[in-house]
Amino acid sequence: MKIVVMCGIGLGTSAILKVNAERALERLGIDADVQATDVAGVSVAAADAQVILTSSELVEAIGKTNADVIVINNYFDVDELAAKLEVALGS
Amino acid sequence: MPLPHLPLDAITIGAHVDDWPAAITAAGDALVRSGAATSAYTDRMIAVIAEFGAYIVIAPGLALAHARPGADVLADGLCVVTLAEPVAFGHPHNDPVSVIVGLAVANADDHLQFVAELANVFNDPAVIPALASAATAEFVQSVFEKIDS
Repeated sequence: MKIVVMCGIGLGTSAILKVNAERALERLGIDADVQATDVAGVSVAAADAQVILTSSELVEAIGKTNADVIVINNYFDVDELAAKLEVALGS
Repeated sequence: MPLPHLPLDAITIGAHVDDWPAAITAAGDALVRSGAATSAYTDRMIAVIAEFGAYIVIAPGLALAHARPGADVLADGLCVVTLAEPVAFGHPHNDPVSVIVGLAVANADDHLQFVAELANVFNDPAVIPALASAATAEFVQSVFEKIDS
């Protein structure tokens, strides 16, 4: 399973989201590859992804995608990440 | 790469700013003071928000100011600015911002460990309010150094 985390420039904020998404997935017992990307690269990176995690501010920039787009409000809240990932991945 | 040392001259307590560009400028000034970046980096951090919006407000009250690596990044660096009066960045959930963490990375490939350490600090929900009300730079520094132990 592939999960893409997206921010404007593909480092910093997306890296924080990647680290905490991996912590949430570990808590849920879900094995997934989490890849960080930027706005410019998201269509390629998310082509085979199940889920895109990002900020409410960047949802429109994603454009057309088959992945589930999940908005994360607090990037440091592993509880929020785990709850939203659990719903999206149906575990 | 561990979390870069947060020197006292990279910490500004109780800055008075009127808007988000001034808040980012205060963070840029702190990175310049500590030798992590030149003022051109400040302009690039502002440009990221101008282009992509307030997504850098990644938690209630906290903005992570940063831009891509570049010639204006002199060394990996971290800075913290607290605001006397919070300002709005335009984020629907996490405004207003009272703490800005500025990040300069020289090399994108090896900043993940650095960011993981940053996540370790902020995964404690008490940290942002504690920083927002910090009275001294020494206190802010101690919050970031706790994780080394």
